[in-house]
Parts: sequence; structure tokens; C-alpha cells
Amino acid sequence: MIISIASGKGGTGKTTVATNMAVSLGGDVQLLDCDVEEPNAHLFIHPVINEVKTITTPVPDVDMEKCNLCGKCGEICQFKAIVVIGETVLPFPEMCHSCGGCMEVCPEKAITETGRELGVIERGSRNGLEFVHGKLRVGEAMSPPLIRKVREYARPDVLTIIDAPPGTSCPVIASMKGADFVLLVTEPTPFGLNDLKLAVGAVNILGIPCGLVINRSDMGDDQVKIYAEKENLPILMEIPFDRKIAEAYSRGEMIVEVMPEWKEKFLKLYQQIEEMSFHKNH
Amino acid sequence: MEKIAVSCEEPSLDSPVDPRFGRAAGFLIVDPDTLEFSYVDNGSSQAMSQGAGIQAAETVCRSGAKVVLTGYVGPKAFQALFAAGIKIGQNLEKMTVRQAIDKFKAGEVDMATAPNRMGHGA
Repeated sequence: MIISIASGKGGTGKTTVATNMAVSLGGDVQLLDCDVEEPNAHLFIHPVINEVKTITTPVPDVDMEKCNLCGKCGEICQFKAIVVIGETVLPFPEMCHSCGGCMEVCPEKAITETGRELGVIERGSRNGLEFVHGKLRVGEAMSPPLIRKVREYARPDVLTIIDAPPGTSCPVIASMKGADFVLLVTEPTPFGLNDLKLAVGAVNILGIPCGLVINRSDMGDDQVKIYAEKENLPILMEIPFDRKIAEAYSRGEMIVEVMPEWKEKFLKLYQQIEEMSFHKNH
Repeated sequence: MEKIAVSCEEPSLDSPVDPRFGRAAGFLIVDPDTLEFSYVDNGSSQAMSQGAGIQAAETVCRSGAKVVLTGYVGPKAFQALFAAGIKIGQNLEKMTVRQAIDKFKAGEVDMATAPNRMGHGA
């Protein structure tokens, strides 16, 4: 089973929920941090990293000896990532989406694959919890290809928890698509509600069952709850604005480490998700 | 003399030079000796999310012009124009096409050796 933890708004507590749930469940769990632009789950998990892999995406390399300047590669490219200009062919690897179209249409077989570095993937573990995250190369504009590579580490025989980036655009979709359940972490503020609505819209388009965690639940107003009721979104957990939780967070510690009684609550959160996705699938 | 492509807001010698190369409204392709010109629309580049500069460079290259006079050229457009052997005169905004051409003919335009803008107009 794959659970994606998303939010819309940044800073609502996705990583807090993802890490605490993963650690509470213990073994047979993977945590994939797909927030590859600013991964930070490792700051709480403290995994021992034992594998580091550089990830590349294929981009064209042109052999001008073979090229007849026909221009077919430039015509098929929707991203202007390769262009025939004057007497030469100019690839712009940073704009390439790796579709392979230019290689396919080249009648002279003058185009071969080379790689553009997307970033690195690090894999490690902590007490039986498998941990994987991607780190996007500084300067790389596209994160979904690296996110998809991180997701390739998901194993069907275990529970996979995905810590998604904030927002509702391509990187978030890449982190939610194909998940069995999306857990949306929000806060009871107008800002939280606004972005929650956007996130729910995205999840609905993907057709994935979802539920809410309200963080800092005793602050703000009751508009998120009113919205949740209206939209039939189950509130699966509420985390209060507790000084002890905030202090633990500020030291890079997890809630379940300083308040072990929370382990039960995160286990219950998981059980509710399991039941909801079971009903959906059976 | 070789033809000159000037980024312009309207198809006229008295049009202001469009400061943007990649996302210029169009190009006036001018014979600097006779001032005869033709106009090439660049509107489709304005609608592109990326690659506008590269497409504009292709358009200029196809027009047969060997010199570009404009305001700002981004890094990718610069690379494409350079590969096509087209010379680039920058910082010619705030004047008309006619004035830019006069300036060029008087030898007062330094031909660029590097782009003067980051991508996306930054």
C-alpha cells in the first residue's frame, strides 16, 4: 500500500506526520521523501545512508558527421530543446523532457543518448525502517523525473509512506499519482483552508481517497472543520499546538520520541487509512 | 549590404524597437542601403512557456538576416544566433527601428560577445 502525505500549503506538518507514522509502525515500512527540492525528513529520521546514486535523464547528443540538417528533430521537439540553425544542430539539454522523439525521427541515426544529471538518491535505514530520498541538483528545473525515480524504490510487499512536496503542481502530482490513499495535512487558518481546497481539488482529479490531519488544531478558526464536513472529508487526527511538540520539533526530534503515548495515535491513524482504502478497493 | 533584423512593435521603420528579442512582437528585415523592408511576425513566440528566444532566433535565421538589432538577448537565444553566425547588437531599446539602423550604419553599435539578460527576461 502507498500513502502519500500532501498538503497544498507548506509548513503544515507533512514531514511531522510522515516521520512519526513511519517510526510508530516500525518494520516493513518505507519512507520516501519526495520533496526533492528541499528534503528534510532525514533530519528527524537520522537514517544511516548506505547507498548514494547519481540519477540522470537521457538527452540528445548529435553526431554532426552523420547529420544532414533535415530539421526533423527540431520539428518534433515541443520544448525547443533541439534546434537546427544555420549549419549546425544545437541541443539545449536543460530544456529536454527526455521523450526520445528527436532520436526516433532522425533519418540518419545521428542522435544518441547522453545524460543530464537530475540529482542524487540516497537510501538508508533506521531500526528496520527503510528510508529513501532524492536531492535535486542545484540548477535543475524539473523535479518530477527525480521524484519518479525515488518512487521506483517503492516495494509492493511493504507499506510505502511518501512525504510529498507542498503545492498542487507537477511535483505534487508526481508524488500522489498511483497512491492508494492521500493524507492531507492542514491547519485551521484561512491560509490553510485556501490551500487545502486546492489540494483536495487535485486529489479528486486523481480519484484517490483522502482524509485530513489538522495540525495546531486548537488555534485559528473552525472553517476547516466546516469545509471537511461539507465535503465529506474524514478528519483522521488532530495535533494540538503543544509546547512539548514544538520543542521536540525545534530540536529535530519526533513527537513519538518525546511523548511515547502518541505512538498509539499514529498507529490508529494508519489503521483508519487501511480500513478506508480497503473499503475503496473491495 | 547584409540584411538586418530589428525587433519591433509594429511593421514600420518608425516603430519603437521592441526591447525583448525572444518575445518581440515581430522583426523588420531591413536592407540597410535602400531601407526596403519586410515584416516577420513573432507573435507565436510570445505565447510559448519556454524556448521563445530559440524560436525567434530560428525565425531571424530563416529570414536571411545576418545582423540582429534589439534590446535584450537571453542566453539561449544568444547561443542560437551565435551558432547561426548572426551578429548581435544589444541595448538599442528606446529608439525607432530607423534610428537603430542609422546607428548601426554609423558604426556606433558594438556587436555583442555575450548575452545581456538572464533567461525569462530576468
